[in-house]
Amino acid sequence: MKTTLTKLGLGFSTAVLMLTAAPTSFAQQVDPAVQAMMERSFREQGIAKMDRIKQDEFQALCSDEKFRASAEGQKKAEALQKAALAAIKPPSDGKYLGDWKAGEKVAQSGRGATWSDTLKTVNGGGCYNCHQVTKEEISYGTIGPSLLNYGKMRGNSEPILVYTWNRISNSKAYNACSNMPRMAHFNLLTEQQMKDVMALLLDPASPVNK
Amino acid sequence: MKRYIFAGLLASLIGTTSIAYAQSASDQLAEYRRMLADGNPAELYEAEGEELWSKPAGPKKASLEKCDLGLGPGVVNGASAQLPRYFKDTDRVQDLESRLMTCMSTIQGIPEAEIVKGSFGKGVRKDLEAIVAYIVTQSKGMKVNAPVAHPKEKEMLALGEKIFYLQGGPMDFSCASCHAVDDKRIRMQDLPNLTKAKGAEEGWGTWPAYRVSSGTFWTMQRRLNDCYRQQRMPFPIYGSDVTVALSVFMANKANGGTIQTPGLKR
Repeated sequence: MKTTLTKLGLGFSTAVLMLTAAPTSFAQQVDPAVQAMMERSFREQGIAKMDRIKQDEFQALCSDEKFRASAEGQKKAEALQKAALAAIKPPSDGKYLGDWKAGEKVAQSGRGATWSDTLKTVNGGGCYNCHQVTKEEISYGTIGPSLLNYGKMRGNSEPILVYTWNRISNSKAYNACSNMPRMAHFNLLTEQQMKDVMALLLDPASPVNK
Repeated sequence: MKRYIFAGLLASLIGTTSIAYAQSASDQLAEYRRMLADGNPAELYEAEGEELWSKPAGPKKASLEKCDLGLGPGVVNGASAQLPRYFKDTDRVQDLESRLMTCMSTIQGIPEAEIVKGSFGKGVRKDLEAIVAYIVTQSKGMKVNAPVAHPKEKEMLALGEKIFYLQGGPMDFSCASCHAVDDKRIRMQDLPNLTKAKGAEEGWGTWPAYRVSSGTFWTMQRRLNDCYRQQRMPFPIYGSDVTVALSVFMANKANGGTIQTPGLKR
């Protein structure tokens, strides 16, 4: 039951590690006035601790549009993406596809990681918040692309399996400022939940591909 | 009592309709707004707030009728249209709620800490919320006119803009993750683009609002608080600088737009 907090905590330690061991030579500075204002304006509540306002390098880069658009910023983005891609772990048993029905539940739930959630809360993937996923669910968001027929259009060859897994694990490995949460990097989903979402997207029997 | 019955009725209406029809949330809301016409349940809060404004309260047993919201002591007409703004007596930029806290503390003797530490919808905070409903109704139909003249107003605007784009938490969200692009939604909920005049008018210009789903009146502080909850961030302190800076940013983008407060929301 301790898992959620421990996992989120672990995610953040990883982030801090990345900050110190990043392959680039310079670190971006948050405006000290902004940082000071953030620190005096927030307090911890439940599982939402103050470490959440300490940015990792992706967050710093993506909070600063001007720097991000510069040549230096683009170089930084590429380096961060490369390191993130190398850090993604494939499924421990080598099997990418779980159960699409369980995956649909993960996709539907937007729960988890807020201060009103508890250590017992089972996180959701929140997929429908931003993506169209199946035809049956008409309440979907539009911040991300539609995933209708995701597997039907792509098949499930090894490269597609790996790409999809990576994208769910850490979308920022392909696009440093992708809006999609880094599901494995911050331990938002378990390995099994990710496999189930994989099946939802890629199993020919899944409603996504019907 | 009446308030709860009304809210319950509305909630059940919304419930049935959302199952019966698959229209977008904005279509549904437009329909409810038509049905309610001038009958926004926020009026009940507003009436309560009007009474509280002129009723002696707190250790000093004083009313708020001498409270200066920026247009002079006791002036409520158009007051929220020109907030947030810089106040000389506190030497800081304040939004409506932080300003009301100042008045309640200096005029009535109610410690600010008591309000800051409280919860939405409870205790003195609840009274303050009703007063907000009353005040914002006195700017309905006017244009947003938040000043950016004093150096501290300029500073808050610049900081508010940076904070709007500041990512954090385990989902990497910032305000901009949802509110910096046109025509996007979360599930069925339309998201105003707060970086542009039109979206800022829709957002800033319609909050505070009565929320049908929760059957309560939500101030802007409460709106921002729940945004940060969903961003997976820590808890923004009531009336804190971050909340005021973001309000300055939004109000500035909305300047010139029409105010329709109190709004009516899902």
